[in-house]
Amino acid sequence: MKQMKLMQGNEACVEGAIAAGCRFYAGYPITPSAEIAEGCAVRMPQVGGKFIQMEDEIASCAAAIGASAAGVKSMTATSGPGFSLKQENLGYACLTEIPFVLVDVQRAGPSTGLPTSPSQGDVMQARWGTHGDHPAIALSPSTVEECYTLCIKCFNLAEKYRTPVIFLMDEIVGHLRENVEIPEEGEFEIVNRTVPASPAEAGPAYACKNGSLIPEMAPFGHGQRYNVTGLIHAADGFPTNSTEIADAQVKRLVAKIEENLDDILAWEETDLEDAEVCILCYGGTARSAQSAVEALRAEGIRAGIFRPITLWPFPGKRLEEISRKVKKVLVAEHNNGQILLEAERVIKNNCRIDFIGKVDGTVITPDEIVRKVKEA
Amino acid sequence: MASKLIDEYFREDHLPHIWCAGCGHGILMRDVAQAVHNLGLDKDRVVLVSGIGCSSRAAGYMDFNTMHTTHGRALAFATGVKMARPELEVICIMGDGDASAIGGNHLIHAARRNIGITAIIFNNDIYGMTGGQYSPTTPYGEKGTTAPYGNIDRPFDIVKVAEAAGATYTARGTAYDAVRTTKLIEEGIRHKGFSVIECASICPTYYGRKNKKGSAVDMYRWQKENSVSVEKAKGMTEEELKGKLIVGEISRSEFPELTEQYQKIIEKVQGK
Ligand SMILES: Cc1ncc(C[n+]2csc(CCOP(=O)(O)OP(=O)(O)O)c2C)c(N)n1
Ligand code: SF4
Ligand SMILES: [Mg+2]
Repeated sequence: MKQMKLMQGNEACVEGAIAAGCRFYAGYPITPSAEIAEGCAVRMPQVGGKFIQMEDEIASCAAAIGASAAGVKSMTATSGPGFSLKQENLGYACLTEIPFVLVDVQRAGPSTGLPTSPSQGDVMQARWGTHGDHPAIALSPSTVEECYTLCIKCFNLAEKYRTPVIFLMDEIVGHLRENVEIPEEGEFEIVNRTVPASPAEAGPAYACKNGSLIPEMAPFGHGQRYNVTGLIHAADGFPTNSTEIADAQVKRLVAKIEENLDDILAWEETDLEDAEVCILCYGGTARSAQSAVEALRAEGIRAGIFRPITLWPFPGKRLEEISRKVKKVLVAEHNNGQILLEAERVIKNNCRIDFIGKVDGTVITPDEIVRKVKEA
Repeated sequence: MASKLIDEYFREDHLPHIWCAGCGHGILMRDVAQAVHNLGLDKDRVVLVSGIGCSSRAAGYMDFNTMHTTHGRALAFATGVKMARPELEVICIMGDGDASAIGGNHLIHAARRNIGITAIIFNNDIYGMTGGQYSPTTPYGEKGTTAPYGNIDRPFDIVKVAEAAGATYTARGTAYDAVRTTKLIEEGIRHKGFSVIECASICPTYYGRKNKKGSAVDMYRWQKENSVSVEKAKGMTEEELKGKLIVGEISRSEFPELTEQYQKIIEKVQGK
């Protein structure tokens, strides 16, 4: 039997992580993500997991990666300035292929910005925040229930693809309280990294077997005694200056995402079958868009919503198809135009593109969307 | 004997190492292997975490579970490893810049928490890997490529910092005195809480040349002639101790180890 529970988005994220098998949390307090740390401090020991408050976000990110290398699923959460601080070690996890989940409950920036105000200003940072070419997976929840279910998905993707996954929440969903239908254990998939059967069968630590793009991963203590390094490394895990290996390694890291888009990409389409206007939005913004669509339809205006759930990789192919059928795409987001850039890139001249962006810390209202849709 | 140690604790296919001739880091790395050997630790259970710098390259050469991380963050990564799997023996090798500049805050907080990690700092008083810039341990008045007119910062005494921050075992050894240093590292690993072993290394390539310290041999001779044991130092004045290396076990204190305390929380919360 499913269980209904009134929950806050941040709280649902904690419960989703635990359901996914997360047993280690490291963090540093910051609003609007602080409830995730507080929740983990209470919940982790109850389930035999560990919580630690580190001295800063750099250390929290490092500790989460260290725990995962030791074989324990891990998470760290932050907002705004803390997300910036985590970037170097995020890149380390990309290159060393150590899975973990990094939650960013976005708040308005830049800098300390508007500490408790909603924003979606970290979308591009989630894609390109750490230096160098690297893979990126980022999911955006728009309901409290998704804070739970998509958090599980984040862990599954991290484990499956041996890569960090960013859970890009926003203040709107993080602090929202609503009823959540909690799935029973066994009703959702749990993915665990593939561990080599034995040290003897393990082979080189970063060698991909049977045409896979993802190496198996032994936890420290397993007996394989391999080397992990943030330097470009060969299949044996040791640094190399080979230009061919460098090229192949970076390209494989990107390819393991790009070649599995069918498995990774997620989005939601609402009322798009007959739509002339497509509202492109995600996260908390989708809530206003939903009300706007209802109002517009009541007036006979055929509007619908395209909501990417994976912002990275971006479901561009599907958006392109939709853009051929509608008269216009209205991009609505709480920033100065970040997913807008992706929309422009894929839509090109297929249809008109309009934009509503807010950077003042207030929420885009259904009314504002309605007015923008009606604009000639 | 030495070769047996190499067979057992080093990844021979990844040697020779990248260090310059005469560099102190190789000797200190050997001391770490010898200490692990003396303690009879199971290699599968040893996790060696390092940061970034010439010193941190040691991780790649040693046959343990090794993690060469980001500059300054070795202790933060190691904290995650140790918290997740307290049964593992976690050792960190860091440089002076690594541990006391960019990673200084992590050093202080690992000490404050008294987490069961052994921090071994290869201190050559300089940023070796990046070409000889001054570090937080470069002595006052000495030169680096970024202190061409002499260093005007006061240097850190890493051991004092660690002790004040709560490390429950601190010691200082030198690359010159391998026997003593090995013993100190051994004690550090055996110690249950957070231990810090500062190991005076040498960088003949940058520090030595910039400061006209002569050859590597001259620099080791300097270490030999200027080391004063903790016992002997007790009878000496501050003036007499100026410029000397006080070697041996510097401090030891009692405080519950972090992961053991956390285990108790788990048991309490779960009502066991
Ligand atoms: C974030 C960051 N800043 C700077 C560097 C460049 N860097 C690499 S090693 C190093 C200093 C190493 O000095 P130390 O820790 O004393 O080790 P040594 O090379 O002397 O053994 C620096 C500044 C880096 N890799 N990462
Ligand atoms: S530069 Fe200095 S610290 Fe680095 S290997 Fe050479 S001698 Fe050693
Ligand atoms: Mg140094």
